[in-house]
Amino acid sequence: MEIRPILSALMRSKVSMILIGVQVALTLAIVCNALFIIGQRLDHMNRPSGMNEADTFYFGSSGFGEGFDAQAAIREDLATLRQMPGVASATTSNSVPMSEGGWSTGISLQPKQKTSTADSTIYIVDEKALDTFGAKLIAGRDFKPEEVTDLVFGDRLRPSVIIVTKALADKLFPDGDALGKSVYLDEDPPTSTIVGIVERTQQPWMSSDSIENSTFVPAYMPYGNSTRYLVRAEPGRRDEVMKAVEQKLSESNTSRIIGKVRSMEETRAEAYAGDRAMAIILSAVIISLLAITALGIVGMASFWVAQRTRQIGTRRALGASRTDILRYFQTENFIITTLGLVVGAVLAYAFSLWMMKSYQSPRLPWYYVPIGFLCLWTLGQLAVLGPAMRASRVPPAVATRSV
Amino acid sequence: MFSYYLQLGLRSLRRNPVLTALMVIGIGLGIAASMTTLTVMHLMGSDPIPWKSDKLHYVQLDTWSADNSYYEDGRPPDQVTYRDAVALMEAGKADKQAAMYKLALPIQPANKELKPFRSLGRVTYSDFFAMFEPPFKYGGPWSHDQDATHERVVVLGKEMNEKLFGGQDSTGKTVRMDDIDYTIVGVLDDWKLRSRYYDLTNGAFADPDEFFMPFTSAIDLKQRSSGNNSCWKSSGDGWDAYLDSECIWIQMWVQLESPARLAEYTAYLDSYVNDQKKLGRFPRPLNNRLLDVNAWMADQEVVSRDVQVQTGLAFAFLVVCLVNTVGLLLAKFTRKSGEIGLRRALGASRREVFSQFLIESGVVGLSGGVLGLVLTGLGLVAVRALYSEYKTVAHLDWTMIAVTIALAIVSAVLAGLYPTWRACRVQPAAQLKI
Repeated sequence: MEIRPILSALMRSKVSMILIGVQVALTLAIVCNALFIIGQRLDHMNRPSGMNEADTFYFGSSGFGEGFDAQAAIREDLATLRQMPGVASATTSNSVPMSEGGWSTGISLQPKQKTSTADSTIYIVDEKALDTFGAKLIAGRDFKPEEVTDLVFGDRLRPSVIIVTKALADKLFPDGDALGKSVYLDEDPPTSTIVGIVERTQQPWMSSDSIENSTFVPAYMPYGNSTRYLVRAEPGRRDEVMKAVEQKLSESNTSRIIGKVRSMEETRAEAYAGDRAMAIILSAVIISLLAITALGIVGMASFWVAQRTRQIGTRRALGASRTDILRYFQTENFIITTLGLVVGAVLAYAFSLWMMKSYQSPRLPWYYVPIGFLCLWTLGQLAVLGPAMRASRVPPAVATRSV
Repeated sequence: MFSYYLQLGLRSLRRNPVLTALMVIGIGLGIAASMTTLTVMHLMGSDPIPWKSDKLHYVQLDTWSADNSYYEDGRPPDQVTYRDAVALMEAGKADKQAAMYKLALPIQPANKELKPFRSLGRVTYSDFFAMFEPPFKYGGPWSHDQDATHERVVVLGKEMNEKLFGGQDSTGKTVRMDDIDYTIVGVLDDWKLRSRYYDLTNGAFADPDEFFMPFTSAIDLKQRSSGNNSCWKSSGDGWDAYLDSECIWIQMWVQLESPARLAEYTAYLDSYVNDQKKLGRFPRPLNNRLLDVNAWMADQEVVSRDVQVQTGLAFAFLVVCLVNTVGLLLAKFTRKSGEIGLRRALGASRREVFSQFLIESGVVGLSGGVLGLVLTGLGLVAVRALYSEYKTVAHLDWTMIAVTIALAIVSAVLAGLYPTWRACRVQPAAQLKI
């Protein structure tokens, strides 16, 4: 294939070439960065909460007035819940993963340590917590019923025993010997002993940078008159149990309100709504962009074919085969696209640099740009195929016609 | 002549319906993407109270620990402690001042047909209403005296009043909340806030507050905030220890009528903090801030990073669409060289040829703009579906409609300029030879 005649033809229509090149360049830059952002969001959304999300739901209960005995209500409600058909397990918990609200505290290895060793979320639960959360115990033991104490909100939190996640255990004791060790949840003693380690339980905050640092504390501790319950239904019975629980608890004690009963699935969808929206919006941008660029190439190539009909006829009359004509337009497209892509690669990294500077986002991994090259080369060849085929069918006789 | 060129333009556009459609769709999509994201960004970040946003200032005091700053970059905490809030309220050095916090309470309707329900509201001082200017339908705010006497009074939001009293004037009646009767002194009308800018800590796009009650009486009843609470050291046991602690859970706003008053208040805050330092509090260096509404919204990133990135990408997309249109118009006009040559030979001036083709590209732009406007509407519906919390900011207003149309025409004419210029440089002789 002779490149030189193509180049000299291209030099005669610089503007059109630049227009296609600019489109290809911008498309590459946007598509690479958008794909990278989508990938990050999908990774974010795929993080496991460490819970049995399918069967689990939660709700709040708020009593009225100073006369309400919140401690007694917790015990009563838990007893009621655990007797209900379809309920596999129930616990009280001040918060749940992905709910974006909860309690966080610094954990230290020394009293009055200046900077705490690790930040952890605190789940205040009873002895059925691991079973209800669906958390997998990988070392040590579960809480015993007698370890669950009565606490008033606002009192200092210094439980004798705690269960932590593996991530937190490793952060506190990098040598892997956390089990049985004592740590400080407060600045002063008494300390809390780690009696169990679970594989994974996420914090409530999706943007937390230590999302798997969680601690379970055994206590009945209402927030004023409010308590939250977490319930795991038997497989497949969640929706039915959710309705029944709301009904039953509303009737069992009328001096309080049962808040909205929410499934963990609903909570996950809400927690990741922003990531999901970003991924959808960027996908729409990518698809529209590729479509516009492809159609632009089709339009421009059709125009060139129409403009050069006579020259094509002449070439055919002088002995060029159909394949030669087809190749000509394909090669031309390849050259323009490649020029655009080279500029686009620079733009893609520039855009990534801007994102890093303005939004602390990570660097665009190197392989996105080569993959983008392959995609846009393919797109260009597919787009030019139609007009090029039409060109190859121009009969040699055209050369002899005057118009 | 204009209408003749317009006719010519329309006829020429009809001749290549596919090419025309391609250009119109291209511009339409580009406009829609940019305008959808721009609308959201514009409404999110727009000044919620333009007539006095420079007078309202958010109070930040650095009460945090000596060892760690609250924000990694050293900015002071976003809320204040109870003791500082009360000290500043009692000093009353600003022209108006309001400490506040978020509170969830069970509402027990007198009407037994209604089930009790949980409601989110705000605990604050009388000045709140004069500072943030919510519209009243019935009654008005409670008085400074009622703040001082810890009166059990309440201002209801419009929706709550609809729910409890069918929208009737309920002032003077009582509403039972958490087993306490509060006397209703006022009912708000529709308060259309794009963002709940006075409490960015607990979500700029959270649901509107359904009731307001005096700070002093809520503290009497030991009502804990249902918003964010952060402590850097333990507070000791019990309610009084909590009030005395270094935990931050209160938002504090002041209204200062002039830059001179701002300077005075800044000096007052500095002296207040220096006095507190003598008591062993405020271990960090002096780091008070008094940002106004817009600066505080920027500081708390009310316009999310995602929305900014989306807007940037959408405008890059519009550029691609425009470049695409330039190419297609160029192709189209070049094919008409013969026609142009003929017109020029018959006496049309370059100026006439230029305006004819510019009108043609203007028509493409206008059609693209109309399509873009429709698609922007759809885009905003999609944004509302994707982000439930953006209900208040994903709406077209007249400014944005005008901007959309203008953007479409300007883009199309810009895109048409070069092809048009090329078209009118056609030499009549060259075209007529064949």
